[in-house]
Amino acid sequence: MKFGVVVFPGSNCDRDMYDALKYDLKQEVVMLWHKDKELPGFTTDDCIVLPGGFSYGDYLRCGAIARFSPLMQAVIDFANKGGKVLGVCNGFQILCESGLLPGALLRNANQQFVCKNVFIKGEEGKALKIPVAHGEGRYYADKATLRQLESDNQIIYRYCDADGNITDAANPNGATDNIAGICNANRNVFGMMPHPERACSEVLGNTDGRRVFKTLLIKNLQLTAEPVLA
Amino acid sequence: MTYTVQIKVMPLKELLDPQGKAVMGGLQNLGIKNVEDVRIGKNITLQIDAASAEEAKQLAEEASKKLLANPVMEYFEVSVN
Amino acid sequence: MEITVSTAEKLGLRPEEFELIKRILGRTPNFTELSAYSVMWSEHCSYKNSIKWLKTLPRDGSRLLVKAGEENAGLVDIGDGYAVVFKIESHNHPSAIEPFQGAATGVGGIHRDIFTMGARPIASLNSLRFGNLKEDKTQHLLSGVVHGIGHYGNCFGVPTVGGEIYFEDCYHTNPLVNAMSVGIVKIGQTVSATAAGVGNPVFIVGSATGKDGMGGAAFASADITENSIEDLPAVQVGDPFQEKKLLEACLEVIPTGALVGMQDMGAAGIICSTSETSAKGGVGMKIDLEKVPTRQKNMKAWELLLSESQERMLMIVHKGREAEVQGIFEKWDLPCSQIGEVTDDGMLRFYMNGELEAEVPAESLVLGGGAPVYHRDYTEPKYFSKIKSFNPNKIPVPDDLKDVAEKIISIPNIANKRWIYNQYDSMVGTGNTSINQPSDAAIVWAKEANKGLAVTTDCNSRYVFANPLQGGMMAVAEAARNIVCSGGTPLGVTNCLNFGNPYDPEVYYQFVYALKGMGEACKKFDTPVTGGNVSFYNQSPDGPVYPTPTIGMVGLLENINDKMTLDFKEEGDIIFLVGKSSNDINSSEYLHKICGVEYSPAPKFDLDEEYAMQQKIAGLIKRKVIASAHDVSEGGLFVTLIESSFNNKLGFDVVANDYKLRKDAMWFGEAQSRVVVSVNPLNLEVFKKVMGTHPYEELGVVTNGTVEVDGMYWGTILEWKEKYDTAIETYMNHYLAE
Repeated sequence: MKFGVVVFPGSNCDRDMYDALKYDLKQEVVMLWHKDKELPGFTTDDCIVLPGGFSYGDYLRCGAIARFSPLMQAVIDFANKGGKVLGVCNGFQILCESGLLPGALLRNANQQFVCKNVFIKGEEGKALKIPVAHGEGRYYADKATLRQLESDNQIIYRYCDADGNITDAANPNGATDNIAGICNANRNVFGMMPHPERACSEVLGNTDGRRVFKTLLIKNLQLTAEPVLA
Repeated sequence: MTYTVQIKVMPLKELLDPQGKAVMGGLQNLGIKNVEDVRIGKNITLQIDAASAEEAKQLAEEASKKLLANPVMEYFEVSVN
Repeated sequence: MEITVSTAEKLGLRPEEFELIKRILGRTPNFTELSAYSVMWSEHCSYKNSIKWLKTLPRDGSRLLVKAGEENAGLVDIGDGYAVVFKIESHNHPSAIEPFQGAATGVGGIHRDIFTMGARPIASLNSLRFGNLKEDKTQHLLSGVVHGIGHYGNCFGVPTVGGEIYFEDCYHTNPLVNAMSVGIVKIGQTVSATAAGVGNPVFIVGSATGKDGMGGAAFASADITENSIEDLPAVQVGDPFQEKKLLEACLEVIPTGALVGMQDMGAAGIICSTSETSAKGGVGMKIDLEKVPTRQKNMKAWELLLSESQERMLMIVHKGREAEVQGIFEKWDLPCSQIGEVTDDGMLRFYMNGELEAEVPAESLVLGGGAPVYHRDYTEPKYFSKIKSFNPNKIPVPDDLKDVAEKIISIPNIANKRWIYNQYDSMVGTGNTSINQPSDAAIVWAKEANKGLAVTTDCNSRYVFANPLQGGMMAVAEAARNIVCSGGTPLGVTNCLNFGNPYDPEVYYQFVYALKGMGEACKKFDTPVTGGNVSFYNQSPDGPVYPTPTIGMVGLLENINDKMTLDFKEEGDIIFLVGKSSNDINSSEYLHKICGVEYSPAPKFDLDEEYAMQQKIAGLIKRKVIASAHDVSEGGLFVTLIESSFNNKLGFDVVANDYKLRKDAMWFGEAQSRVVVSVNPLNLEVFKKVMGTHPYEELGVVTNGTVEVDGMYWGTILEWKEKYDTAIETYMNHYLAE
């Protein structure tokens, strides 16, 4: 299995994602260009990553223009066939705009861009320290969708405090129900606002991101290759 | 009585509008060709309690000048319904 | 239109400069030519009032690959085939008019200076000055500037890793916005801002040209008055998305070898880039202005020459390789148009639809060529008498020191700046190691070269105001100290010299002496000045701003794991002050903000003592004897101790050793050349051995979260942290970004 990181004009976490997957998690990874129309050599065992950044400047709405990139049509087909897709930050926004994930990401409640370490909690239950960096990360969905996300166990991460308590104070953007990341009903498309790729290296003093990749890749995506964990 | 006032706030005509430019490129990628220019602004609706439409308009203009529009970057147009 | 000396004066030229232009051309210039000279000979482009003194700064060093002023930014060898490129630049006047776009385009401009040389920017910093934070105007400016820096830098994708911000009344009308960019390049893959090779095509790439910031360079060189608000066309709109594409496309083109040279377009756009590249290569150019892609119809020749539309580059391409270059820009959806070619006679000729619009010798426009150089008079400022008459004995030592300490950590100059830096993406690029492990300087991992870069900006302008010579030295010394305390070796300096009107002899005195001090300190620390920028006319009707020669310094860590952090690590570690306590409250935040004294001398400083102290700290770090190092700066020793405690939620129990010292001087004085270090008791003997005879004193121990000073209980670290963290937010929280 391998990873493909899509480069849109304005992507700026593409190289960070590549570095984390290749050097910290020792995975095979290739860069993909948004103008290409196909995903040659990718099978549904592989994973396409939509990285963070400001695709098309995030003008109009975040992800709205990138969603129509030629390669995105191939990614949508790939996902619909069961291929694995992970979107981080701007990638999550693109997944919501393209309809691969439900809901939308709105302007942060305090109207300001926010970049800092936050804590998130998934099924594992342990609070993980992962950075966020976004101006529009407030997850929103209508009540019916939220109920479905809840009942199908599609909420993969929520913002919490260092002790794992899900509180308003721990929510950096006003996201509904502290939602930081979700997956689709088939559990092959994942999106999250926090940046696990920014927390994978000892040099940076935080390797909690590796646990995120481990959970997503092995448990949920049922990928075969074991990521290297410190 | 209460008047509904619409305020259109747009980037000054001579200034670059990066957002409009990027959307223009997006439309072309989608094959929507004949668009020659895109400029993006804001539409703001105010409910104003005033004695007359004229007064409502004046208030809206004052609000626009002071806060809603940034005269360095934007112009505005007020219309009262 | 008849061109007279009055036209020249309206364009900001002086009568003698108009005469000089006529002599150069042998005739009266037309309006297009005259406007070209007006922007090229403005202070911003020509450095006419500063170059005499800039040349006195040390500009040589074994690691320097290009000399100051030779290229767009300094280039310093960091070994293993890599070099670091860095520069700081001001965008003060545009930010005063439109804080959001002014700051945004400042960030865009400085990054272009870095990648036009072929380097990829990996870190940015900013140095900001505003008026009193209580004022609505300051809150408006701060909010706009921070939003603008974030807007541009976050989208462009370079982390903002450090900086500084001060609030002083003198900056009320005229804030300072200085932005610095640091990039990495493989030696041999750099590009020069040179034109060469007769017949080689000249391209303009990036955004279309509009009537943006018309003559903004000249505008930047005029005093700000209330009328400036009407100078609206001087505003430029930045497009960070476009610049991100431009960066990637430029870095893709360079390795092909198809480029002869490249120059970014900032102030004075086409005229500046064509004249500087031509003059440097000793060639000329023929440019067809109608081939420049425009955003607006019917632009005149002078508008095209002067436009400051952002996100543009001038490229000189090897003839026959045009298609390669165009292919790469097409891939990135960027316009790329040939507008002319290189000629052999040193003349710039600009045509519009076949008609000659301007014809001037390239050399005559540029710094080091025909641009005038002035020697300005200077006299000692009158306010010095007030400084000399200050008597500290008239300041009573307060009884309640804890109360003073609480006030000090809530001063916006000292309090936590998270309201500001949380709006900047500080982690993109996965190289900023200081988020989780803070140091006095930000430590950025240059991944390609696998080395650490320590970067900082520093200038306490009140010290420079009090004593320009020493203040200039202290700015350099503090930057070097921050880098040394982080485990780095200082490499070089870029400076941003923000002063008032140079035609005011008292302002010019500040300029001259600050530069003398800076030069002396740079020699001492072996940190050549690689480049930078001069911003004069920073003043309002109330007078000039404090003289603010901001220092941007870059240091090297061969091994990034050798970095030193500023936070206390463990309860029971022993706290030492390296350096000497001093009976000095001069120019401190305490004296200025709490006691309200505007005029006092600069704090105690001695360059040799500073250098010796830094050598000691470097030795302690190298021998791995200390657990933390944090220098004493604004707010004094108490602030250093409390800042060292926050990250791991530890505390301290400390006692002043010398009972003869004023208590306020002990805890809040800002005498220089002091660093707080913590030492594990097991390392005590080695510590003392390394220190030898260098002055140091034991202050106390690290506690598990309580703060005790001179035997008095001062509460817990969490209480102090709350006050420190929220001081700026209480002013700004009601101020939502638009």
